[in-house]
Amino acid sequence: MTTVGQENAPVPAAAAVRIPETVQTQRRRLRLPPLSWLTFAIFILVMIALSILFLYPFEWLIAASFKPRGETFDNTFLPQHWAWNFTGKNLPSPYPQKLFNVAPVARWMINSLWISFLAATATTFVSASVAFAFAYFRFPLRNFFFGVLLATMMLPGEVTMIPVYLLWNKIGHFTLDHPVLPHIGVNTQYPLWMPNIFGSAFYIFLQRQFFLGIPRDYFEAARMDGDSYFSMFRRIALPLAKPALIVTFVFELQAKWFDLITPLIYLRDQALFTAPLGMKILLDRFNNVGGGEGDYQVIMAGTLLLVLPMVILFAAFQKYFIRGIATQGRKG
Amino acid sequence: MASVAATTKTTAPGPSRARRWFRGFRERETWVAYLFISPWLFGFIVLTFGPMLFSLYYSFTNYGLQQIAGLEPTKSVGFKNYHQLITDPKVTASLKNTFTYTVMMVPGRIIFALFLAMMLHRIGRWAKTSGVFRTIFYLPHMTPPVAIGVMLIFLFNGRVGIVNKGLSFIGIQGPYWTTDPSWIKPSIALMDIWSCGGTMVILLAALYAVPQQLYEAAAMDGAPGWRRFKDITLPMISPALFFSFIILTLYGLQQFAQAYTAYFGAGGTQPEAALMFSVYLFRNAFEYFNLGFASAMAWLLFAISMVVTLINIGVSRRFVFYQGSQR
Repeated sequence: MTTVGQENAPVPAAAAVRIPETVQTQRRRLRLPPLSWLTFAIFILVMIALSILFLYPFEWLIAASFKPRGETFDNTFLPQHWAWNFTGKNLPSPYPQKLFNVAPVARWMINSLWISFLAATATTFVSASVAFAFAYFRFPLRNFFFGVLLATMMLPGEVTMIPVYLLWNKIGHFTLDHPVLPHIGVNTQYPLWMPNIFGSAFYIFLQRQFFLGIPRDYFEAARMDGDSYFSMFRRIALPLAKPALIVTFVFELQAKWFDLITPLIYLRDQALFTAPLGMKILLDRFNNVGGGEGDYQVIMAGTLLLVLPMVILFAAFQKYFIRGIATQGRKG
Repeated sequence: MASVAATTKTTAPGPSRARRWFRGFRERETWVAYLFISPWLFGFIVLTFGPMLFSLYYSFTNYGLQQIAGLEPTKSVGFKNYHQLITDPKVTASLKNTFTYTVMMVPGRIIFALFLAMMLHRIGRWAKTSGVFRTIFYLPHMTPPVAIGVMLIFLFNGRVGIVNKGLSFIGIQGPYWTTDPSWIKPSIALMDIWSCGGTMVILLAALYAVPQQLYEAAAMDGAPGWRRFKDITLPMISPALFFSFIILTLYGLQQFAQAYTAYFGAGGTQPEAALMFSVYLFRNAFEYFNLGFASAMAWLLFAISMVVTLINIGVSRRFVFYQGSQR
């Protein structure tokens, strides 16, 4: 590091020698690793074959959800007879049923979207404030609490599942006994997203890494300008950490959309169900194996609706998914 | 990572370490910091630490439906629930299922992910197509577990499933995946290998971080491809491999959603071969309401996860190579 006023001083001999060396490695790095055109072509062919293998289940799902009842499993690439299985008039029993008529599927999708959105928003900002505190402040017991935080990531959710359920059960009875309070508890959607307003260990860890990468001078400068700690966090830390916040947001959206066990524990009324739980119920109802009615096209259409929002989410935030996952592994 | 010790360590003569440490609580910055972390602290006490203690307590009681409703008092039953863990044949069976599945899934997923990542890495510098392939290979990772469970029972259906149709093309008579007890777990593991995109991206990032000079030096020495792989690539990406290994093992031990969707619930065939430990735990807790016994199961799962992770860490000391200063 040069001190002020030395920027234009002649470069020491050692440094002058080093510069071409780095340039050379840079150029060499671009040439390697050697790969002939033949090998390259073989690689591409193998990857195309694997891509077909990876994409085929999706194609199969899309095709199956547009096939009429009875042809769902004919495994043709395109439906022999196109059928719209999502919505329409329900005919009496021997005819195929339509997805939106047999269950409140639209309701489930909206429930899931709303819960995911609430949970992701809450966890993003709360985790950011906690992560910022762990990255910026020096306070007694900081390392102890950070160790505790890391340890909670290893804890299987099954250990706390039962007492937390009983806690929500208690809260539910309490709020029912006091009609002034809104009904919060088992068989409401609050247990699905409320825990997120306390932040989440994994995202706190992820965001802390990010905050540590922001030069401390920025914060000191804000303090000099007379910012309070909170406005420094809001004006400097949050905008700079935007990529980490987006990663948190999309990861939590995905996590809530994936979650099956929590709605399974807490929800009883069909109107409150989330999309994954609803699709599981549809499967139980229409799968012939379990004594269902055999309208497989409804299951397929529902599963397609369950998959589609995640594909759209990935398409919109691909960069953040890849970056978020890649940084996960870097903590070693 | 500047520690508390670093802030309290002092060379100048002054108050003792403990004094200075306690004085930290008088500083305004400390209180602001605690205010910032207070949501997590509160959540940790109410939703993690408290429930852990309660769960431990319940595991020594007969807590069940009557006790929730307040009709009967909670009675201590000593180690009965833990003894039942040994005597209940379904616990043994579900543990065996979970281990079998994990042992198939984790190496399968890591090896396949590594294969994909290395291919992407090799063509990465030549072609923008690498990004397209990466997207395709990552896509299954965005499929919700419930959707994977649904696709599992239909894709792997012994009679009409596309997997067996595909196998018959190359002259193999596919097994009855979803009904044959010995093929149920491989089919769940295969679906997990299909969604190996997350592991692949972690390994791909690790591959890009390997300094290319090492390969140059190896090429100059005339080291063949597999030597370069064994002696450069594997040691350099071993932290990422190890991380994936631990995470996937924990994920495997907690497998619930795919197995539950495909085989349990109201319309499932309930085969014992698909009874994962978490599924049996869930059924005990929220279908039979044996909450005491389920708590004991949860602590067994916790203990197993800890032991497996500690063994992994112990083994990793021998194989994982951490670069000194470079990250």
